[in-house]
Amino acid sequence: MKQLVVISGKGGTGKTSLVASFASLAERAVLADCDVDAADLHLVVQSSLVSRNDFWGGQRAVIDGDRCSDCGICEDLCRFDAISSDSSTISVDPLACEGCGVCAWFCEEGAIDLVRTIDGEWYLSETRLGPMVHARLKAAGENSGKLVSLLRTEARNAATNRDIDLVIIDGSPGIGCPVIASITGADLVLVVTEPTLSGLHDLERVIRLTNHFGAPAMVVVNRYDVNEEVALRAERHAQKLGAGLAGRIRFDPAVTQAQIQGLSVVEHSSNGAAADITEVWENLQRAFDEEELYVSEA
Amino acid sequence: MRVAIASGKGGTGKTTVATNLAWVAAQAKKSVVYLDCDVEEPNGQIFLRPIKDWQKTVTVSVPRVDPVVCDLCGQCGQICQFSAIVCVGQKVLVFPELCHSCGGCDLVCPLSAITEVPRGIATVMAGHTGSLRYVQGLLNIGEAMSPPVIRAVKAEAPEADLVIVDAPPGTACPVVEAVKGCDHVLLVTEPTPFGLHDLELALETVRSLGISCEVVINRAGLNGSATKELCRRKGVEVVAEFPDSRRVAEAYSRGELASEKDPEIRDLVGSLLGHLENST
Repeated sequence: MKQLVVISGKGGTGKTSLVASFASLAERAVLADCDVDAADLHLVVQSSLVSRNDFWGGQRAVIDGDRCSDCGICEDLCRFDAISSDSSTISVDPLACEGCGVCAWFCEEGAIDLVRTIDGEWYLSETRLGPMVHARLKAAGENSGKLVSLLRTEARNAATNRDIDLVIIDGSPGIGCPVIASITGADLVLVVTEPTLSGLHDLERVIRLTNHFGAPAMVVVNRYDVNEEVALRAERHAQKLGAGLAGRIRFDPAVTQAQIQGLSVVEHSSNGAAADITEVWENLQRAFDEEELYVSEA
Repeated sequence: MRVAIASGKGGTGKTTVATNLAWVAAQAKKSVVYLDCDVEEPNGQIFLRPIKDWQKTVTVSVPRVDPVVCDLCGQCGQICQFSAIVCVGQKVLVFPELCHSCGGCDLVCPLSAITEVPRGIATVMAGHTGSLRYVQGLLNIGEAMSPPVIRAVKAEAPEADLVIVDAPPGTACPVVEAVKGCDHVLLVTEPTPFGLHDLELALETVRSLGISCEVVINRAGLNGSATKELCRRKGVEVVAEFPDSRRVAEAYSRGELASEKDPEIRDLVGSLLGHLENST
C-alpha cells in the first residue's frame, strides 16, 4: 500500500483542491483529511457518514474539593500555571493543564485524579471518490498530532479492508506536530507551494522537514504565473535541497468555481488548471514507479 | 492594546493584514510592536524587513540521568505520562522531543539522579524598522511543539500602545497560545467555501476563550454574501474588506507591503486602525 501526503508549509496554497482532484484521477484510493483543526475536504466530496467516533486525546487533572486540604502543593508544583486557588476554592484550567500528572502524584490527600478527555471526533465516510476518514478537533483542542496518527491508521485499515492500495492524505500547514505526524513513514510527500517570497521561505523549511524525517518529497508550484521568476527560484531551490519537481499549475479562477460547486477541479473542467493537475498526477504515478528518482539531501 | 490577527484557514491574509496594520500605525508615529507568533512559518520579516537587534535560543528543560547514581528504580518512567523517560533493562532512556518539561521525573527520583538541562528548540529574534519594533519566533526543523516558542515571543514584547500578534493558522493549541491574553482578535477570511467553513471554526475557538473578535474579508468580490450572512447569524461584525486584486497579489509575491505603494490599501488599513482605536 502506498501513502501519498500533500502538505505545504504555508497555508492556502491549494492542498485540498489538489487532493480532491487526485482522488478523482485515482481509480481507487482512500482519502484521509489530516488537517484536523480546519478540515475542508468534506466540502468538496460530499461525504455520507458511516461511523462517528470519539477521539480520546489526552488527560486532565480533576480535583476533588471534599478531599482537598488546601495545602497548595499542587499549585506550587504545576509548571503550566494550570492550578489556581483563592481562600475557598481550588481549580484547574483545562486549557493550561497538560495532563502531566505531577499534581496527582504528589497530592498527599489523594484528591486529584487524571481523567481522560475527549478532544474531538473522527469519522469514516463514503464519498463518490472513495472512502474517507476525517475528524474534527474540538475548538481550542489539543493532541492534534495524536489525532493525525489515529486517522492514518484508520485510513490504512479502510484500505486493507477494501483491498485498495493507495491512501491520499491531506495535511495541515506548518512544520509542527500534526505535520510531522502526517509525513512519518509516507511513501511520497507532495509539497504545494506558491510563487511568493513567503511561499519560498516556507518551502525551504518544509523540505528540510521532509529530509529530516527521511520522507521523499516532490514540489508543485501552484498559480506559478502570478510570479514566474519566483516560481523558477522555488523550483531550483527545491531541487538543490533534494526534492523532485512534479510540475506547475497555472492561476485559474475555475479552481475557486469548482470549490463553490462542490466539485474537484478535474471534475469541473478539463483544460486550464485541470489539465496541469492531471499532468502533475501523471508525474506522481511515474515517481511511484521509479523510486530511485528520489535523491535525499546529503 | 494587544490585537491578534488569526484565521482558521491558512493563506487568507493574516500576515498581510498584520504587517500593514503595524506599518501604517508606526507611520502615524504610534509606538507599535509586531509579534510574529506563526513560529512554524514566520513571514512578517519578509514584508517589514527588520534590522536585527538581538537573537537568543528558546530552551525547554529535559531530564539528564546520572547512570552512576541511578539504581533503576523506574519511578521516573512511572510518573512520566508522555513516555519521554523509560527504564528498560539496565538503562534509563530519555526521548527529549517527547518531554513536556513538567519536572515530574526530577521530583520523584529518590536518589536525585536526574537533573534538568536546557534543550534548544527555537530562536527568538528582535529587531526594528524605523520606530516599529519586531519580535519573531522560529521553531527548529523537526521540533513538534510550538506553544513554548509562542510564549517566549510574547514574553519578549516591549511595552507599546499597540501590539499586533500575527497568529498561526488553525484552531488548535498554537492559536490558543497566540491569542491568549489579547484584548481583541481580528479573524481574516476569504469568501470561498473553505474560508467560510474555517471562519466558523475559528470563531468558535476565539469565543471559547472569551475574547472579543471581528472579521476582515480579504480578496472580497466573488461570493461575499455568504460570508456576511454567516457573520450576521453569528453576531460578529465585518470591519474591513480588502479587494481581490491581481496587483495586490503580485506585490505580495515580491514581498512588498501593499500600503507602502498603494494609497487605496493604505486608506483601508488606516480606517481599520481607526476603528480598532475607537472601539477599545
